Amino acid sequence: MTPAFGSAPAGSGIASRPGGGNPDQPVRPHRKRRWGRTARWIGWLWVLPALIMYAFFVLRPLALTVQYSLYRWNGIGPARWVGFENYLTVFTDRDLLKIISNAFVLIVFFSFIPVALGLLVASLVRRITTGPGGTLVRTVLFLPQVIPLVAAGIAWSWVLSSSGLVNQALRAVGLDALTRSWLGEFNTALPAVGVIGTWVMLGLCTILLVTGMSKIDPSLYEAARMDGAGPIREFFAVTLPSLRQEIGVCLTVTIIAALASFDIVYISTSGGPGIQTTVPGLEIYRLAFSQRQVGLASALGVVLMLLVVLCVLPIQRLTRGEKA
Amino acid sequence: MSEFSTRFTRRRLALLVPLLAAGLTISACSAPGSEQPKSEDSDAKVSTELGTDPITLEMYAETGFPLAKALADEFTKQHPHVKFNIREDQFTVIVENAPRVLASDNAPDIIRLPTMVDLVKDGLLKNMDPYFDAYGWDKFPASQLVQLRLTDGGAERGSGSLYGMGLGYSVTGVFYNKKQAEQIGMTQPPATIAEFEELLAKAKAANLQPIMQFNKNTAGINFPHQALQNQFGDPAQIADWIFQKKGATFDTPAALKATQTIQKWAQAGYFPKDANAIDYTAMMGEFMKGNGVFMFNGDWESGNLDKNMAGEVGFFLFPGETADAKNVAMSAPNTFGVGARAKNADAAAYFLNWAHTNEKAREISVTIGGSHPGGPSDLSLPAVTEGTVLAETLKASQQLGADNGAVDFTANATGGIFASAITPEMQKLIAGQQTPEGYVKAVQAEYEKELSR
Repeated sequence: MTPAFGSAPAGSGIASRPGGGNPDQPVRPHRKRRWGRTARWIGWLWVLPALIMYAFFVLRPLALTVQYSLYRWNGIGPARWVGFENYLTVFTDRDLLKIISNAFVLIVFFSFIPVALGLLVASLVRRITTGPGGTLVRTVLFLPQVIPLVAAGIAWSWVLSSSGLVNQALRAVGLDALTRSWLGEFNTALPAVGVIGTWVMLGLCTILLVTGMSKIDPSLYEAARMDGAGPIREFFAVTLPSLRQEIGVCLTVTIIAALASFDIVYISTSGGPGIQTTVPGLEIYRLAFSQRQVGLASALGVVLMLLVVLCVLPIQRLTRGEKA
Repeated sequence: MSEFSTRFTRRRLALLVPLLAAGLTISACSAPGSEQPKSEDSDAKVSTELGTDPITLEMYAETGFPLAKALADEFTKQHPHVKFNIREDQFTVIVENAPRVLASDNAPDIIRLPTMVDLVKDGLLKNMDPYFDAYGWDKFPASQLVQLRLTDGGAERGSGSLYGMGLGYSVTGVFYNKKQAEQIGMTQPPATIAEFEELLAKAKAANLQPIMQFNKNTAGINFPHQALQNQFGDPAQIADWIFQKKGATFDTPAALKATQTIQKWAQAGYFPKDANAIDYTAMMGEFMKGNGVFMFNGDWESGNLDKNMAGEVGFFLFPGETADAKNVAMSAPNTFGVGARAKNADAAAYFLNWAHTNEKAREISVTIGGSHPGGPSDLSLPAVTEGTVLAETLKASQQLGADNGAVDFTANATGGIFASAITPEMQKLIAGQQTPEGYVKAVQAEYEKELSR
């Protein structure tokens, strides 16, 4: 009997038993149980305002997007039911597939490189950040994250332009043959956009990793050193495993930023040349607002959401699972 | 431990399901959108009186084009009881917002319009035929307003009811840097395309940038492309295609030849090497810095160039294949329409008529807008200083009118053709990633895709 009561408030009750408890239960526990239920309802009452906002501004649009994706609709006039036709288009249209693949290329620049570089930078500056100049170092590192992405996009499109800083530097060292319009040429546009993303994300990753490192027990390093580990060994044996959760957060945040990127691309290249740098976020916006294909845009939006979940869930599992 | 965590997720799931269900219920399951009330038929009663009650006209205009605001200010000066509330956005933003803004309860009285077909299909624009009759706009040259006409329900452009008016009627052509043109031996504007190509070659040989043209964000190289296309075939074919007439196609010998020429020019280095990374603003900046002998653009820049490069810039209409070819150029009204749900439609129409016929308004159209003010053909044009670009573009505009050679922009054929076909394909073409044949086919394919919706 008792274990059953213990479990009730823990949650199985939610799987609803309409009409309430078991009739042949003794009175006292019954009352106790009802009290538990009231408490739970009071809990719901407290979150109700937030829940209403959440339902209205998150769940409702989400449900509407799913609904729109099943229609052919220009956003104003009458809509026509088309079932899964829009999804079929998303998965068969060569341009749309290319656009989705662009986002995956960006993951390398938005996630993998910043995390790898972030680890390197963090191990290098770890000792400085604890010293008196720590705030300064942290501020400088975090600066790209504070600058609006639009401003970053504009600044970088100057840096990468034909007469920009990058090409000036190349000319200064006699590498004139390498100069080009980085954002305007087919082969370099996507990596160039990626570099902007790397710059933005690096600060975030470094700060997270530095914070993570400061929490590592110094005795672990001591022990490693006593065992004769050099700085590299120390990094792989102590630092890296201890940062599992921080790396997980970094990857999650940056992969979402890569797949859902919009601002940087919109400002620096507008998706061009051709569709070389067009990403799903940009295409959804174009489809919905300039081409007025709200249905197809919604379908692409739903697919993008699922892709984000598909990419992020394994990372969550990998970086959280064993720690628990 | 693990038991706890699975129970936890199950509980979260159990929570999510009703939440999602609630979301779905809130969103209701009826089809989105609705039939807009059909705009009233063309013989509805309208008034040509402005009245004396104070009113505020809601205007939605384009950023960077001060004409609309200047006209509004002058109108208020002449009619103090009429005030304007002007909201401005970039043109692309207006394109995106127009349907929703016009469908809202706060629909603007006067709105700068992109392509009008979809808006008319959705019943969002006021049919201007009653005003056409009431104000006697039949005294305007018919060609002035032809681009603003749509057949019933927006099936076709170029005939049918009137749905807008122009605040200025723009003309496009070629601006040139006088000093550099002299340097390459150009004493007068080229009379044929062949002569123009010779000049390009000379400019290239003289280490000058032959053509300064943007191609980032939107395809500026579509200007020279259509200038060529206009001359290589019958412009009526292009107009039919833009007006979405049945059977019209972009896949024509003229368009192909134009595309081949653009490819040739790109390979010869006549366009900037990084054209795909130059946007409109950058192009203007470069041209004004003296980087570029020629620039394909429209008379809306005349005032700007007269101010920033006084006396240094000339303008000509793009020549034909032979010296006696008819003048043809992209020319379009700076279209403004009246919302179907506008609260002060009569006053808005009064304002539009005033902008075409009032002497002071016409002067503002020319000096600030840089464009022909339109209106009845018997009204004289405001005087402008000789030797300015403005004088040249205005003259070109009259030549074009005399030859009846105005063609709308191919970029206006459908709402999405510019963004989804012309721009990316043109970027590919000049980078050598697309063939001329592939270009015309891709543009036509997107056109058909959009019309089939």
